[in-house]
Amino acid sequence: MKKCDNFVINAAGRKVPTLVNGQEVVAFKGLRQHRPAGRKYASPIPTCIDYPDDGNKIVPSLAEALKKCGLKDGMTISTHHHLRDGDLVSNMIFDIAHDMGVRDLVWLPSASFPCNDPLIKYLEDGTINRIEGSMNGPLGKFTTLGGMKGCAVLRSHGGRVQAIQDGEVHIDIAVIAAPTADAFGNANALNGKSACGILGYALADYMYADKVIIVTDNLIPFPCMPMQVQGNYVDYVVQVDQIGIPEKIVSGTTEVTKSPDRLLLAEWTARFCDEAGLLHDGCSIQSGAGGTSLSVGIYFEEMLKARGQKARFAFGGSTKYLVRMLENGVLDYILDAQAFDLEAVRSARENPNHIDLSVLQAYNYHSKGNYTSMTDIMILGATEIDTNFNGNVVTHSDGLLLHGIGGWQNCLHARNVIIPIPLFRDRIPVLVDNVTTLCGPGELIDVIVTERGIAINPKRTDLIEKMKGSSLPIKTIQELKEEAEKICGKPARPRFTDEPVAVIKWVDGTVIDTVWKLEK
Amino acid sequence: MDFNAEKSVTVGNKGKGIRSDCHITLELTNEGGRQIAIESKVQVLYGDDIRRQVNEMLDYFEIGHVKILIEDSGALSYILAARLEAAVRMVKPSVKEYLLPMLPENQYHTSREKNRFSRLYLPGNTPSLAINAGIHKPDGIILDLEDAVAPARKFEARYLVRNTLRSVDFYGAERMVRINQVPAGLDDLEYVIPHNVNLLLVPKCENTEQLRLVNERVAAIKARTGNKEPVWLMPIIESALGVMKAFEIAQCENVVSLAIGLEDYTADLGVKRTQEGNESFFARCMLVNACKAAGIQAIDSVYSDVGNMEGLKENVLRSKALGFNGMGCIHPRQIKVIHENFAPDKDEIEKAKKIYLAFQDATEKGLGVVSLGTKMIDPPVVKRAVNTIELALKTGKLPVDWKEQMLTEKA
Repeated sequence: MKKCDNFVINAAGRKVPTLVNGQEVVAFKGLRQHRPAGRKYASPIPTCIDYPDDGNKIVPSLAEALKKCGLKDGMTISTHHHLRDGDLVSNMIFDIAHDMGVRDLVWLPSASFPCNDPLIKYLEDGTINRIEGSMNGPLGKFTTLGGMKGCAVLRSHGGRVQAIQDGEVHIDIAVIAAPTADAFGNANALNGKSACGILGYALADYMYADKVIIVTDNLIPFPCMPMQVQGNYVDYVVQVDQIGIPEKIVSGTTEVTKSPDRLLLAEWTARFCDEAGLLHDGCSIQSGAGGTSLSVGIYFEEMLKARGQKARFAFGGSTKYLVRMLENGVLDYILDAQAFDLEAVRSARENPNHIDLSVLQAYNYHSKGNYTSMTDIMILGATEIDTNFNGNVVTHSDGLLLHGIGGWQNCLHARNVIIPIPLFRDRIPVLVDNVTTLCGPGELIDVIVTERGIAINPKRTDLIEKMKGSSLPIKTIQELKEEAEKICGKPARPRFTDEPVAVIKWVDGTVIDTVWKLEK
Repeated sequence: MDFNAEKSVTVGNKGKGIRSDCHITLELTNEGGRQIAIESKVQVLYGDDIRRQVNEMLDYFEIGHVKILIEDSGALSYILAARLEAAVRMVKPSVKEYLLPMLPENQYHTSREKNRFSRLYLPGNTPSLAINAGIHKPDGIILDLEDAVAPARKFEARYLVRNTLRSVDFYGAERMVRINQVPAGLDDLEYVIPHNVNLLLVPKCENTEQLRLVNERVAAIKARTGNKEPVWLMPIIESALGVMKAFEIAQCENVVSLAIGLEDYTADLGVKRTQEGNESFFARCMLVNACKAAGIQAIDSVYSDVGNMEGLKENVLRSKALGFNGMGCIHPRQIKVIHENFAPDKDEIEKAKKIYLAFQDATEKGLGVVSLGTKMIDPPVVKRAVNTIELALKTGKLPVDWKEQMLTEKA
């Protein structure tokens, strides 16, 4: 079977396959064009007859649980990424599969981390056929050089739950690492030595998978409260010594950037939002846990506080800085799909206004509404932005696949999408003629803030009007791109073969771009 | 690639944490043509570009047989050029310089009275820090050839500083170089004077002879290159003797300010440098007095705890209260704090506005005496108010149309 076939040029002008890993897929049709048909996918109807009346679903090992789930060639195994780089469970699954001689598995993680690099050997020996999720660092490089047998599929967090819900992906076994659980399978991430706060990425997995295994290192008597995972969906519970390495699960503390260049980006971003009137009483914001975003958040806090205003909700991942805003009364609610540091975990446990949220609720595009489009200010990153404001977050300019999409595509739907990025990294311009890989159409990206100037998308005439006379250096994106090239020189383009190694899905499940194998 | 340890030379930096730099190993050979190996972090995007540039430079220096290994961590082309030229010069004496075009935006000059609240020190041999220095808008940027460069790296640093002066946009900051201590520092001048440096910092200055030598060499180079623009001097007083000679030094030709260097000064005194600075109180007052007597600016030492913004602020306010006009900084984050606190504060501006208007009023009416209400204002107070207004305007603390605004408010 060919990895990909039946190529077409999609509405974004990109060459994409309409047959991927033997499955038909739809090419990107443009924003707000694709309407899904049919009914949602569902898992088989279970019966209590098959489960112990005493509620004790414990089996002695993960290997046995996987065997009981009927692990066999070609199955799809899903995991969530909230143990982050400290995750020990994902690798265990494939060690077991390898020992059992099972082949051609599909791994569907909500994200991968450097701790998953050992899985490269199973991609090489055929235990794993492909990853549908994200590929970072060495896994990304391995993929871009054509090492994976199947075609990788990259989806946003929202796109992943959309694909699960719509049945584009069928999960045979969901393995959920849980920091605390009971024998019935109720689980949460708030307590235990591996506490990570929130399990916002596991909901769709356990609702739609054929079989569900909970793996925990903190088994407590029933009931495990609050139940972030409902045991009624769970087949087996496995107790292990350790599901993760605590210091790699959440950082003890997230820190704002000390880089003067990034601080400048943060300051300009905050000033831009302020001068454009985006930051106001009752506004909603999202900024991530990166150093620059955190600093933007601190400026927001100061500005709101100085005016006696507060934000209604902050969205996405939480940090000690958001917690401080919540506790100081500058913010009403944190709607949270992931906790980044110990303060955030504490707040999620203690504060009723720190709400546990799943990506299925927040990011799913095939849903009756979407939180991201209700958010006023969205601060995001990118590896490249082109002169049409198109964005790339998965490959670098040298063509290597090095990052996952995360929630980035979903977040593009916010009212004001602002991307603070350096004009160049070392010698590599971030502003380019054409993005290496298209992850987000320029129509959705409003403002690019660089250390040498700020570019507003020409379609945002309202923002352009508001910023007239500002002391901030407003330039065109073309001017900024030329400035980058003047400093760095015009970069050559990477040389690709015509062999696809990965496809990039848009939030509605259509294929927006293809990642090609690099020439050696 | 194998190199003969005795015949080969190395320049630049590599390894973990090194960015925007390259490390070059070079050996001249008698045969075999040019063997050029490039290991670059930006190979795909700039590998061909780097090779083209290396060949162009080897053509220029007429080198046909050579072994070169370039380990590149994203050096911009002016950095690569500086590194390669330094390596070539180590093995092949030549008088030819490989000069990249001077950026037109860098061809500006500064005045004697220019505002000098902040001047940012950059180690002369660390290219990554210079690229974005100007965007943080310090009043001056110092490329340091002295203490921030290890003795073994002084040679290569000169080429990098020269290329930085030509190729990096300073975004309007005064272009400064700290040369090495005279007499050794005189040889640095060949690498900086022809490249539009605005001001030289002369370290460990203890007598006027040092400055005479600098002025003489600068004049000779300027005459040779046909440059007529001034090159200002900022001697740094860093010893007990220097402090005692401060007034003589302050009066020397082209000197626009004296700076004080407290690390060396306290070492000279044999005392510890403290947060309160009592040990340097005399020296600071002496320096301020010498500068004011000579009609130039007094510039304070750097504050080295870069994470402590509150401590920096206190330090600036103390410094301003003693009469200093600015201070050095070693991290871009310090610039804003220095500017905000050296600039006149709200009360000072409000008071100055009233006095300024009263002075204008008196002048228009032809009155000899300026008065505010029933109070007479002495001429020195008027002068200070005028200075405050000028500074407030310069630092954006006062809108250009403040007089109109005040009149509308009154109405």
